[in-house]
Amino acid sequence: MALGDPTRKAIFELLVDRPRAVVELAGELPVSRPAVSQHLRVLKHAGLVVDRPQGTRRIYCVDPDGLVALRTDLERFWGSALATYKTAVEQPDEEET
Amino acid sequence: MSTHTRATATSVRSSIAVDAPIERAFQVFVQDFGRIKPPEHNLLGVELAETVFEARAGGRVFDRGVDGSECHWARVIAYQPPDRIVLGWHIDPRWQIETDPARTSEVEIRFIAETPERTRVELEHRNFERHGDGWEGVRDGVGDARGWPLYLQRYADLV
Repeated sequence: MALGDPTRKAIFELLVDRPRAVVELAGELPVSRPAVSQHLRVLKHAGLVVDRPQGTRRIYCVDPDGLVALRTDLERFWGSALATYKTAVEQPDEEET
Repeated sequence: MSTHTRATATSVRSSIAVDAPIERAFQVFVQDFGRIKPPEHNLLGVELAETVFEARAGGRVFDRGVDGSECHWARVIAYQPPDRIVLGWHIDPRWQIETDPARTSEVEIRFIAETPERTRVELEHRNFERHGDGWEGVRDGVGDARGWPLYLQRYADLV
């Protein structure tokens, strides 16, 4: 549950808005920089955010190529749809029970 | 399980074998599509009355609510009974309607007769990158009560 924590979710939402450095995130939330870094590690590990160096800082942003949620949603959607479909198509021919 | 799902970076593939002749397999998919799709993915603000699948190239797929409102969420790109259907997917990553066809993914459904009484259905939902042209559209939805909370909930369920 990478987004189960309210602070972590807030961090993720800020990154959806635009890429930010740790210090910026800490400035906008009532948490310390080490705490922000900790949350970012979890988000990064979950594949939700990526980071890149910029000068002496690291800039974090939502993984633009991930589309993780969409893909997972659609896997579920079609998996469920095809299972229901199999049941429907293998039923004896009785329309609209 | 007889359903197989596989994902790549920008597509999802799923296939299933059903005990039915190819004509029936095709027909049920189109006629009963409203029953087949998971009901929680109704984007209407009201209770769903029916799902309409206009069975022709150029047709639309839409949900109609009990109050008569309509939600057009796919278009029929190819309709070739009993072998193949291609749909344009007009739902963006926030599960909101996408009206720009250039920013829609597509779903191809192929029906293959394994025997006269058995049909394999192969589904590929591809070109997600068309939805993901930057995150501008997603960002616009952050303040929208129906957008992000739903999206984040799905994210949360995932991880």
